[in-house]
Amino acid sequence: MQQLQKLSFTLFAFLPGIPLLAQMREKPEMADLMRSNGKIYVVVAIAALVFLGIVLYLINLDRRLRKLEKDDK
Amino acid sequence: MKQHWWKVLGVVLVFYTIIWGFLGEVPARFILNESIRATYFHVTMWFSMIILMTASLVFSIQYLSKGNRLADLKAKETASTGVLFSIIGLVTGSLWARFTWGAFWVNDAKLNGTAITLLIYAAYFVLRGSVDDPQKKGRLAGVYNIFAYVMMLVFIGILPRMTDSLHPGNGGNPAFGQYDMDSQMRMVFYPAVIGFALIGVWITTLRIRMQKLIWKKEN
Repeated sequence: MQQLQKLSFTLFAFLPGIPLLAQMREKPEMADLMRSNGKIYVVVAIAALVFLGIVLYLINLDRRLRKLEKDDK
Repeated sequence: MKQHWWKVLGVVLVFYTIIWGFLGEVPARFILNESIRATYFHVTMWFSMIILMTASLVFSIQYLSKGNRLADLKAKETASTGVLFSIIGLVTGSLWARFTWGAFWVNDAKLNGTAITLLIYAAYFVLRGSVDDPQKKGRLAGVYNIFAYVMMLVFIGILPRMTDSLHPGNGGNPAFGQYDMDSQMRMVFYPAVIGFALIGVWITTLRIRMQKLIWKKEN
């Protein structure tokens, strides 16, 4: 129990220093978090589905045209 | 299935772009941040547009030298898909500019140049629509298309390079140098260009086939 208190005290003591730490290593901000928790795959899936829809639409158009071309001959 | 391989290739390449465009490694840059990935979708639109407009130019020259109606139709439909791509390029670029340059529209030589290019191609369709005789229409449109292509090169290729521009590769900014893309980005970017261009060609062929059917019905 005492150890736990000690640990939480150390954690809180360092808490104000965290923004400072972030400032110290000045790096361009990238969406690493987005990738690390895996949700970027959701975006990929959605974008892929959108494109899939467009492709299916194009295939459908292509088929219809081919049918018309066949009927015409 | 044999004659469809290029459609499949285009679809596969665009799927590859969507997957690796989001998941692949990109260089970390200030201001740009993750938006650097927009290169795969925004810049490819312009590359595809230029490919389509070049094809349109070739068809126009073909029509002017041989006079077959199909070449004129091909010139028209490739230009129309090119305009579609350039509108998408303009809208996406405007959104990207809002979050990196600070405004939806900045007075950049390239932005104004592309807007003028779009108007020049709009005039191509207006010209086509205003002439009834197919031969006269084809000749006028063919000659104008050559002019439009040259103007496009001037407005998006030459003038932005001569003045200051926010775009890479213009006005002293390096184009596709080590600052813009690393080899990993190139591995996505170039296949993306081919993929989107092939999708553009597919859309174009659908429109050409449609018009051919209409012609047949008229006869």
